[in-house]
Amino acid sequence: MMNNNDRVEIRKTHKLFIGGAFPRSESGRTFEATNSSGEFLANMAMASRKDARDAVIAARTAFASWSKATAYNRGQVLYRIAEVMQGRAEQFVQDIQNSEGVSIKKATKQVDTAIDRMVWYAGWADKYAQVLGNTNPVAGPFFNFSVPEPTGVVAAVAPDSPSLLGLVSVIAPIVMTGNSVIAIASYKNPVPAITLSECLATSDVIGGNINILTGDPADIMPWLATHADVNALDLTGITSAELITQLESDAAGTVKRVRTAPADPDFYATPTLSRVRAFTEIKTVWHPMGV
Amino acid sequence: MAFDYAPAPESTAIVNIKSSYDLFINGEFTPGGGTPFTTINPATEEVLATISEANQADVNRAVASARRAYDKTWSKLSGADRGKYLFRIARIMQERGRELAVLESLDNGKPIKESRDVDIPIAAAHFFYHAGWADKLEFAGYGSNPQALGVAAQIIPWNFPLLMLAWKVAPALATGNTVVLKPAETTPLTALLFAEICQQADLPPGVVNIITGAGETGRMLVEHPDVNKVAFTGSTEVGKAIQRQVAGTNKRLTLELGGKAANIIFDDAPIDQAIEGIVNGIYFNQGHVCCAGSRLLLQESIAEQTIESLKRRLQTLRLGDPLDKNTDIGAINSREQLNRIIDLTKSGEDEGAERWSPACAIPDKGFWFAPTIFTNVTQAHRIAREEIFGPVLSVLTFRTPDEAVEKANNTQYGLSAGIWTEKGSRILWMANKMRAGVVWANTFNRFDPASPFGGYKESGFGREGGVQGLGAYLNVEDPS
Amino acid sequence: MSSLDAQAPATHKGLHAFLAGLPGIDQVGAEARAAALGTRSIKKDSKLWAINTAISMVDLTTLEGADTRGKVKAMCSKALHPDPTDMTTPSVAAVCVYGDLVEAARSVVGDHIHVAAVATAFPSGRASLAVKLLDTAEAVTDGADEIDMVIDRGAFLSGNFSKVFDEIVAVKQACGTAHLKVILETGELKTLDNVRKASWLAMKAGADFIKTSTGKVTPAATLPVTLVMLEAVRDYYQETGTRIGVKAAGGIRTSKDAIKYLVMVNETVGEEWLTPNLFRFGASTLLNDLLLQRQRMLTGHYSGPDYVTID
Repeated sequence: MMNNNDRVEIRKTHKLFIGGAFPRSESGRTFEATNSSGEFLANMAMASRKDARDAVIAARTAFASWSKATAYNRGQVLYRIAEVMQGRAEQFVQDIQNSEGVSIKKATKQVDTAIDRMVWYAGWADKYAQVLGNTNPVAGPFFNFSVPEPTGVVAAVAPDSPSLLGLVSVIAPIVMTGNSVIAIASYKNPVPAITLSECLATSDVIGGNINILTGDPADIMPWLATHADVNALDLTGITSAELITQLESDAAGTVKRVRTAPADPDFYATPTLSRVRAFTEIKTVWHPMGV
Repeated sequence: MAFDYAPAPESTAIVNIKSSYDLFINGEFTPGGGTPFTTINPATEEVLATISEANQADVNRAVASARRAYDKTWSKLSGADRGKYLFRIARIMQERGRELAVLESLDNGKPIKESRDVDIPIAAAHFFYHAGWADKLEFAGYGSNPQALGVAAQIIPWNFPLLMLAWKVAPALATGNTVVLKPAETTPLTALLFAEICQQADLPPGVVNIITGAGETGRMLVEHPDVNKVAFTGSTEVGKAIQRQVAGTNKRLTLELGGKAANIIFDDAPIDQAIEGIVNGIYFNQGHVCCAGSRLLLQESIAEQTIESLKRRLQTLRLGDPLDKNTDIGAINSREQLNRIIDLTKSGEDEGAERWSPACAIPDKGFWFAPTIFTNVTQAHRIAREEIFGPVLSVLTFRTPDEAVEKANNTQYGLSAGIWTEKGSRILWMANKMRAGVVWANTFNRFDPASPFGGYKESGFGREGGVQGLGAYLNVEDPS
Repeated sequence: MSSLDAQAPATHKGLHAFLAGLPGIDQVGAEARAAALGTRSIKKDSKLWAINTAISMVDLTTLEGADTRGKVKAMCSKALHPDPTDMTTPSVAAVCVYGDLVEAARSVVGDHIHVAAVATAFPSGRASLAVKLLDTAEAVTDGADEIDMVIDRGAFLSGNFSKVFDEIVAVKQACGTAHLKVILETGELKTLDNVRKASWLAMKAGADFIKTSTGKVTPAATLPVTLVMLEAVRDYYQETGTRIGVKAAGGIRTSKDAIKYLVMVNETVGEEWLTPNLFRFGASTLLNDLLLQRQRMLTGHYSGPDYVTID
């Protein structure tokens, strides 16, 4: 890394983000994050199955209160994340340039879109229930309504590229709908995820609601896919057909909901509501109408 | 002086059961290549008919026929035209309603008053409801041009044979898919009559294909590479196997599996209607209901008197000939299922719960199980955790609303729940906290095509019915 | 036993609290239960039994301003021998007339069947207590052995439960040995919750029978309302060991309807109530339909209006 003066830099230690704190991996292991030319960027914590297990506990604990937060409140929290991200925009641009080797123009576009994406989901928080839920005109003297509810704890894998926008596109709809998430950052380009973790730690996010692990999804995801206290999987960042097959099969053991991304996704395009649908459960309630 | 109700049998003259049935592929009845099997009347153990078994070649034919129909005909029709076919089918189901009801009771064992008043009318209603969606999909919230998936493989259980067929076929066709459906091996007859109805409605050949067979036929159907979508209703065990089977295939999947629903009665419940709700919840359809209220959670302060009232009420349940219009409890669908129920209820006794049934004259032929209550049940008992799928109620108690919520949600299932209280705010508070896809408050076991049905957790995923149910059969272009 | 026994006048608060503490009723659920009971199919011997039982439970009624001694006497003959072509036909349980025609009724029926008189400013109940008690006493003196009184619905709906209670107690006293039916007039009470409350109030105050309606207001007897009353009677029996009777009056015109009520009695309170001592139909046209159906069951062919008497 070039520094512009003679000062010896303080280099950042990149740790996991679990339960609102920054622990090292309990395994003590690390891996090297490199830039697009293969040069050393940073040592990343290599998340183990025990880290994943701890993340699930933190996620489930946070879910208890996050799922009860009002829609308004959830929108506020997501918007604050966007505010904090905006304040760190320069750092993000640098991270992306370093990791992905793209131009400052492309990196800036990615950061802008990521922040805008967070704002987009913030705005959905108190509206998606009006689009996905409704009353149902049943043939009898009953009031019948359907509401979307969070599924619980979601284990998600972010794509390698675009590293920040992809991570935000995965996390935001999960959290917006009242779920907790254990997100595994891109193995190849993990650095922007660290900056995002720092943004989350300084926002109003409940500790444990969003957990970000760095490491190899092929190592960690099978543990999460079979974990009985994980309700759903988002396999967006996984490109290996074999790994997808294995994880979908693992998920069957506890009937988890699984979402995979389409081939060749375009994260810059405005999303549909399919992620919001994927991580919500529709609950339908009946009550007689009488005197 | 006793008021004995004389037998009031519904005549079976209206049905014409053939001695043997073929598969229904490409609009025609065609023999299957597998080993034929029989379907019996579980109330008498008499053989009703011989049924074809679909082997691999038959499965291939059926899927090919569905694919051809999709490519050449069904996907080319306008939504309005698809809707018209569905309206025709709905109408014929109503016209032949009595015939369908009698056939359903003969093949399944359920009381005629249930098949006549619940199964068949709601099945027809599903076709009516979905017929109207066929040309309005762009308004349903799935984008401006949602597409069908293609060929849907559908496997249904034996507890509500024709109704489950309606829940599967109606939305699939409305959204533009074609189907290959496998009814349960103990209850194929109404599905095969439905095939005739498709012919009567002039439904284009191959849009609906019905292949009969058991687990192996189902497995082959799910495996078939040219199937785009799999929809399964049945046991959680088989559901998991199917989810494993389709892993990595890009086949869309919805599952509607088992349940162990809590029916929660507070001390301020409208108690007489709550008793009806309990009875309806677990004894309707002999308890062969995924969303049955099989765990009664009684507020401890009213437990004793409620159990007494419940026992009194059970004395008026009439068990017997499913075709008798006064029968409340029909036959258990198969010897297999009966043995399962017997095993689990024995475990209830072994684990220390107290068992009670009203005096019930049990016919000597056929498969029967008297309505049963277990009291002094705790969460740790097998009969409080495992789905029995029979007319057996486990009674537990709770002290506070929080405890009721905890106990109700403490299960790997999450299909339905019942809440009985006169206090409005408590109804909504409890409904909010139930981790279940269907919450019945001051009522139970109500179904409607406009009302989405499906579970949380190991009760499955995906919804059937309502606008939400359409999503399972539509392809939305997601950019990411 | 509660402090609400018939001897002491009811305390407003105690009675209020008791009635407010009764379990609520979900109307949709209650109506569904009543309808489900109505799907029982009663055929052959059970149908004949039901028809004969229903006939024996009829309070044959005429309560018109235009009633005369002649009209009452004609009706009473029919009450004794409903079907002159078949003397095996059971007689009805009672005749029901206005108080001033009791003597005419008694002169025809003798001691063979009951004579019920409506009293207490029937049907409205809007008169002073003194007038109501005199109405009752005179009917009893003239030979009525059953009194069908009306409750004060105005008092009930304005929450003055003690007044309603105390009046029933007083009328029961005026009845002497006559048995008292208390008409709730459910069509004016409107809600099933009110029906349950009024049922309990009447039973606690000393009613021998609770009765749905005067027949002068629509709706009169309905299956859901009667269901609720039967449930109250069942619960009262569980609590006290005493069996109170139920009379469904007004609007029951066909045998089919009557049989539905009997099924409901059978499956709600039990077969002990399937006797005229504990269940009655207040009706006029119902009897002829019961007779027509009885004739059809016994002869095998459909009967016609010329084969039953109009009186």
